[in-house]
Amino acid sequence: MRYAMAIDTKKCVGCGDCVVACQTENNVPHGYCRDWIVERVDGTYPSLSLELRSERCNHCDNSPCVRCCPTGASHIEEGGIVTVTHHKCIGCGACIQSCPYDARYSHPDGYVDKCTFCLHRVQKGQNTACVDVCPTKCLYFGDLDDPNSDVSLAIKDRAWKVLAPEAGTKPQLFFLT
Amino acid sequence: MKEELFVSGRNIPNIDPYLNIWHWQIPLYLFLGGLAAGILFFAGFYVVRGKADKMRTTVKIAPIIAPLALVIGLGALFWDLKHKLFFWQLYTTIRLDSPMSWGAWTLMAITPLSFIWVASYMKELIPGWDWKLEIVNKMEAWVIKQRVAFAWVMMILSIILGVYTGILLSAFNARPLWNTSILGPLFLVSGFSTGLASIIWMSKDEKERKKLGRIDLIFIIIEIFLIIHLFMGFRAGSETAIEAANLFLGGQFTVSFWVFVMVIGLIFPALFETLEIWGMHIPKWLPPVMILFGGFMFRFIMVEAGQITRYLY
Repeated sequence: MRYAMAIDTKKCVGCGDCVVACQTENNVPHGYCRDWIVERVDGTYPSLSLELRSERCNHCDNSPCVRCCPTGASHIEEGGIVTVTHHKCIGCGACIQSCPYDARYSHPDGYVDKCTFCLHRVQKGQNTACVDVCPTKCLYFGDLDDPNSDVSLAIKDRAWKVLAPEAGTKPQLFFLT
Repeated sequence: MKEELFVSGRNIPNIDPYLNIWHWQIPLYLFLGGLAAGILFFAGFYVVRGKADKMRTTVKIAPIIAPLALVIGLGALFWDLKHKLFFWQLYTTIRLDSPMSWGAWTLMAITPLSFIWVASYMKELIPGWDWKLEIVNKMEAWVIKQRVAFAWVMMILSIILGVYTGILLSAFNARPLWNTSILGPLFLVSGFSTGLASIIWMSKDEKERKKLGRIDLIFIIIEIFLIIHLFMGFRAGSETAIEAANLFLGGQFTVSFWVFVMVIGLIFPALFETLEIWGMHIPKWLPPVMILFGGFMFRFIMVEAGQITRYLY
């Protein structure tokens, strides 16, 4: 099993619903977020292109945050979801330094926090909160090993990219371009 | 033009607009760790070579700084932890993939060793010193008997500690300025140089100071060579590496790095130590103070600047 997400940058309107849904679902402290929207503009006026990306932890297959964690608090759950065990985290910040995507933050309670792909929902067979709430249905989640899952079908016939592939982390967030 | 905006209001403290979660505590610790490693290495080195009496400050007096530096350094590390009461979790796991984990275990070994080393010389340094407890006296006698073995262990552990202060940073692939294998040897050499500087500062024996001054000069030259190598590596690297190097070659850390680290911390002390070897009178405290200042600034700047560098996507 290999959980992954695909984000259709052509359908995303940058409304931020995924951000709010995540904050609500996961009780993210005020002033923090586990997912966010990046608006990227390339080119020179008048020939400009815009890309909207809903970003979060990439749940990397080769995750540097898990490798560098001195206590084993950062670990990989079944299905490849990267999570942090709060009572094992000492808040040293090594995982924050090691993440090329800056996807982790220090929770005001001390431990390091980040997107969990809504593990508590996924274990019940549900989608992540951000996927469920997306008004343009631009987020696809599922098992990459299952050829009929939403995410497998989404990336099957579309061009996609991952962020910072040169970091060698084998990210599991696919941006449809 | 390339422009990226966060439109969801992401403004996470210490992460946006750029990463800044490690403050003064980490460079202070890296500095004190390297300093202690340097002092302990040379203390062990001259015991192994049977020159404990000729190098009195190196072997017997200066090591007093090492446990203090390690304890203050560990205090700084502890201060930096956001989940302080869980610190003991470091010692319930051994994770070979994590430099921080094996650093924690190295410190766990070398810190008590440094205390034992200092304690074993107490009777020699302070006449009339008595441990009062028979068992401690017996242990002391055993340590003194095993001193060469202790010296070997201490030398090996101090090399690991010195390298670790660099590898701690270089293991972070996500920060291009840190992600170079030169940082391990560079921090080791720099740490040993600061250790030597503090011994030279403390020593009253002209012969000992001259000898250590010569070794320190070699370390400074190696350090300058490694720094040049570091920048050559960056300049020949990917765009992220070039951007990282540019922070020091025209970017915001240019003045602080070249003035505080290169000129004050390395080139001037090297010059002064050379003049001293040639017989010129240089105030004894001057080169060591400059080296210690440069060593601290080097770590401070590397930690600050490294956190700004990132992948460009």
